[in-house]
Amino acid sequence: MTAVRTVTVVGASLAGLHAARGLRSQGYDGRLVVVGEEHHRPYDRPPLSKEFLTGDGDPGEGLGPLALTDPEDEAELDAEWLLGVRAEALDTAAGELRLAGGRALRTDGVVIATGATPRTLPLPPLDGVHTLRTLDDALRLRAELRAGAERAVVIGAGFIGAEVASSCAALGLDVTVVEAAPLPLVPQLGEEMARVCAGLHARGGATLLCGTGVAGLRGAGRVTGVELTDGRALPADVVVVGVGVRPVTGWLEGSGLALDDGVRCDEGCVTALPNVVAVGDVARLDRPGTARTVRAEHWTSGMLQGDVAARNLLAGSTVERFDALPYFWSDQYGARIQYAGRREPGDTVRILDGDPADGGGFLAVYERDAIPTAALGVDRPRPFMRLRRELARAPQPAGR
Amino acid sequence: MIPVCRIEDLPEGESVRIEAGDATAPIAVFHTDGAFYAIDDTCSHQDASLSDGWLEGCYVECPLHAALFDLRSGEPTCLPARKPVRTHAVTVVDGMLYVHPAVQTVPGRPVHAAPEEAVA
Repeated sequence: MTAVRTVTVVGASLAGLHAARGLRSQGYDGRLVVVGEEHHRPYDRPPLSKEFLTGDGDPGEGLGPLALTDPEDEAELDAEWLLGVRAEALDTAAGELRLAGGRALRTDGVVIATGATPRTLPLPPLDGVHTLRTLDDALRLRAELRAGAERAVVIGAGFIGAEVASSCAALGLDVTVVEAAPLPLVPQLGEEMARVCAGLHARGGATLLCGTGVAGLRGAGRVTGVELTDGRALPADVVVVGVGVRPVTGWLEGSGLALDDGVRCDEGCVTALPNVVAVGDVARLDRPGTARTVRAEHWTSGMLQGDVAARNLLAGSTVERFDALPYFWSDQYGARIQYAGRREPGDTVRILDGDPADGGGFLAVYERDAIPTAALGVDRPRPFMRLRRELARAPQPAGR
Repeated sequence: MIPVCRIEDLPEGESVRIEAGDATAPIAVFHTDGAFYAIDDTCSHQDASLSDGWLEGCYVECPLHAALFDLRSGEPTCLPARKPVRTHAVTVVDGMLYVHPAVQTVPGRPVHAAPEEAVA
């Protein structure tokens, strides 16, 4: 691309930061602006549902161990940080980004890294009801968990829900997890392994209720309980809603960019415009070699896409595609779950090590026609990573 | 110094994690590339045990996020880790492997350690 003088990264989290780093490491020496809706510099989110909630001591003013940058790093980035500022519109024809408060920013290139925001349920706004995405969310929840809350109800038994429930249990709360599906995590892990992971709740002393929805909340001003669609009522001092996220694309309505549960990109994070790329939770990429598109909410994808997107933005066309094997991990109830690959319904599961039935760790491989498609490890980090490497090298069944 | 194990109990390509007591964090000891190395066991990026990591030459890959560390210097060679892990001296005496934990330093306040006992 010729004459790129200003690149604006919209979103100051992991993916946005790595796109900014990617631009600089690939020699971009023009103006670099990072716009972040939160007041914080980039920080790491995975600990927010885990050690940040259970950790001792005062989290203090700064980001502490959550910080993704340090002064030396920020000096290298040489970026202008516009924090606490929401992006409100993108005028691609004029090359202009409009910010809250009426300010407009001229820019030649744009990295869309606005992430995702928690889904909510149609519930009345009562004190004591939380979602967990940002550091400020975690600070509010943390304060309540330490202010004498005794009973927590977590709505949604996905990874965030399970991690929050695990943290609440570790803090000594009485925890119930409510899941609308008959079994949580089936789309991610398949029924057999989902059943094993659902068993971790009992290991941590939490109660998992599946196959029932939430009918409403009890309480005036502050929540006192959760009413279930099956007629039961659960007393609660704190309620955490963890029912997934939706990508933050509302500000791009009218931009002309294709939006479809995320910003549509080619396989190299590039939108229909070569000077606009998208990374992280908000990006929906073409899957190479398939007719599919995929939006990943994984930490590792966010980090790696930044580099690819930066390269393609600077090249002015897609010279590199993002094709890393999906990988995610979750720490809950003292167990470390790691998953890599692309499992699909009908893949079989073979246990390579350990025994899922005895409640300890194990290593499992998913297969189709004897070809490994994915790996799942619980407390088997070393052999898991070996298997992950083999998977990354293995030919995948067509169409994945 | 902390006894680790007999050298024959740590074959090439293997690692062991030792709890070094209250004075220092857990330490990972590796036998790779024909030598023994010791570094802090906990990845400088996030809580993961490097003794569970993948060994390749003089490098170990964190088993959680694949950050790579040089066992000789403790320096990370790729993201997401950006801070080094501490390295510790290793000696072998009569077929027994020992780790000499590095002196814990407070950033900005170097500590001058007393000369260590010579080890045969």
